[in-house]
Amino acid sequence: MSGKNIREKGIQSLLFLSGTVAVVALFLLCIFLFREGILLFEDYPVSSFLTNTKWFPTASPPIFGLLPLLLGSLIVTAGAIMFSVPLGIAAAIYISELANPRISSILKPVTEILAGIPSVVFGFFGLVILAPVVQRTLEIPTGQTALTGSIMLGIMALPTIISISEDAISSVPRSIKEGSLALGSTKWQTIYRVTVPAALSGISAAVMLGIGRAIGETMTVMMVTGNSAVIPGFPSGLFAPVRTMTATIALEMGEVPQGSDHFHALFAVGSVLFITTFIINILANYVKRRYRFNL
Amino acid sequence: MFSNAKLNEKIAFALLKVATGLVVAFVLVILYYIIYNGYSAINLEFITDMPRNRMTEGGIYPAIMGTTYLIIGSMAVALPLGILSAIYLTEYAQPGRTTWAIEMAINNLAGTPSVVFGLFGLAMFVKYLGFGPSIISASLTLALLILPVIIRASQEALLTVPKEYREASLALGVTKWETIRRVVLPAAIPGMVTGAILSIGRVAGETAPILLTGAAYFLPRLPDSVYSQFMALPYHLYVLATSGTNIAQTRPIQYGTALILLTIVLCVNLVAVSVRSHYRSKMRR
Repeated sequence: MSGKNIREKGIQSLLFLSGTVAVVALFLLCIFLFREGILLFEDYPVSSFLTNTKWFPTASPPIFGLLPLLLGSLIVTAGAIMFSVPLGIAAAIYISELANPRISSILKPVTEILAGIPSVVFGFFGLVILAPVVQRTLEIPTGQTALTGSIMLGIMALPTIISISEDAISSVPRSIKEGSLALGSTKWQTIYRVTVPAALSGISAAVMLGIGRAIGETMTVMMVTGNSAVIPGFPSGLFAPVRTMTATIALEMGEVPQGSDHFHALFAVGSVLFITTFIINILANYVKRRYRFNL
Repeated sequence: MFSNAKLNEKIAFALLKVATGLVVAFVLVILYYIIYNGYSAINLEFITDMPRNRMTEGGIYPAIMGTTYLIIGSMAVALPLGILSAIYLTEYAQPGRTTWAIEMAINNLAGTPSVVFGLFGLAMFVKYLGFGPSIISASLTLALLILPVIIRASQEALLTVPKEYREASLALGVTKWETIRRVVLPAAIPGMVTGAILSIGRVAGETAPILLTGAAYFLPRLPDSVYSQFMALPYHLYVLATSGTNIAQTRPIQYGTALILLTIVLCVNLVAVSVRSHYRSKMRR
């Protein structure tokens, strides 16, 4: 009996150790990322990194200004969110409230397929099919623009926004909707005055996670946004090439010697990216939990 | 007034339908272009041959094998760890600070951009542990990337096992671990398999992490150990489409590679869905 007990205890400790693997992984990730990133500031002032408006990593002396990359990420993400949020929420409402079960059982796998397509395939599609269309339609010198990136990223953020919003909308209790209908409201009035407001916390979380997905996407933006590191104007910058934080890391890491300032600068950019998505994740989970529908 | 509300409803519903239609159209357009253009490039030689003539001719065999190695390597690490972690979280963990920290870490790992995982893999596996740019560095990096997916799927699978199963077994005097091993796990396996299969699709498609941890532009032969560099499907597509010497000339190879990649991912999804529904109907009986 006691042998059995010891075994049970041993297994429990082993499982606990495996249980903490996510914490350990996140911890190691922070350490290694920040350690390499901070080394940049031995040779290069933090203030210049944060405020300089130029990213000239190979000039002498090199200039590592974060701003053009940060703003590049922001403009592409903003463009993506502007069209994927309304579209995604509308599709989520349709799937959970209007479509009959047979149609929604087809629509759900369709969004799952969209979620499964690798980002490099999206990038390839954007580069070969969409960019020429954008160029011809807008009559601009190149189709590799922030707008092209926004369109592709918007499409890629759709599954995240749709599936989480749809969960939130369908978890609104039926009694509430029926109450509204019984008072004589139309189905649509019930949806936009009762159901959607009740699901708003889940929908906001969906939007935030969509933003997180878009800002962290690498291959697609790298292949379709043209990658020129200049501070984008607004809205004119949408129609010109930009370069995001993610694309900079992926493009330049292959060519820098390990341990150089440029190497550390890319880790510093990665740290900024990580902190940004970390905050977005925390906020999204907080919103989701804080306002969960209780009845 | 009343008819106005009805009219509004008609317009609103029409718009919702259009929006949903657009989403479906995006999927169909992307699939159409890749399948239509990639179909003619694919034949047996394309899958079994080495690239020739500076990658402008020949097949993509080493890239397919490279991706296979990555799938095996990362699953071998992430699957056992993820399942054990999920068992701890659903069967043993008490609500409290530790559990909160674990849940938070899983959520954050799931939302961390893949290129950041790449940087981490570069700093820790390639540089600090000295594995160099290699299959093992890339596999470990990808393993961490899919860990949250596997944990979440396994947790969900464990939660669907009815409480009565556990209680009946415990009431017979079986210990907690034996109950989990003999009763809970067998019932949860299909759900876990689904999660595992879905993360295969993720591993096959990820590019940014392997770009930083060991994917090679071109190798004329297969890697000879886990410490070798490797070719992989998504990176091969990226290289051919953006920086090859003959971007226009290799377009068919690009479409073919994209289609193979897409096929792997779609098959994986299909298998996962059918495993899920097969076992669901079996459980009901």
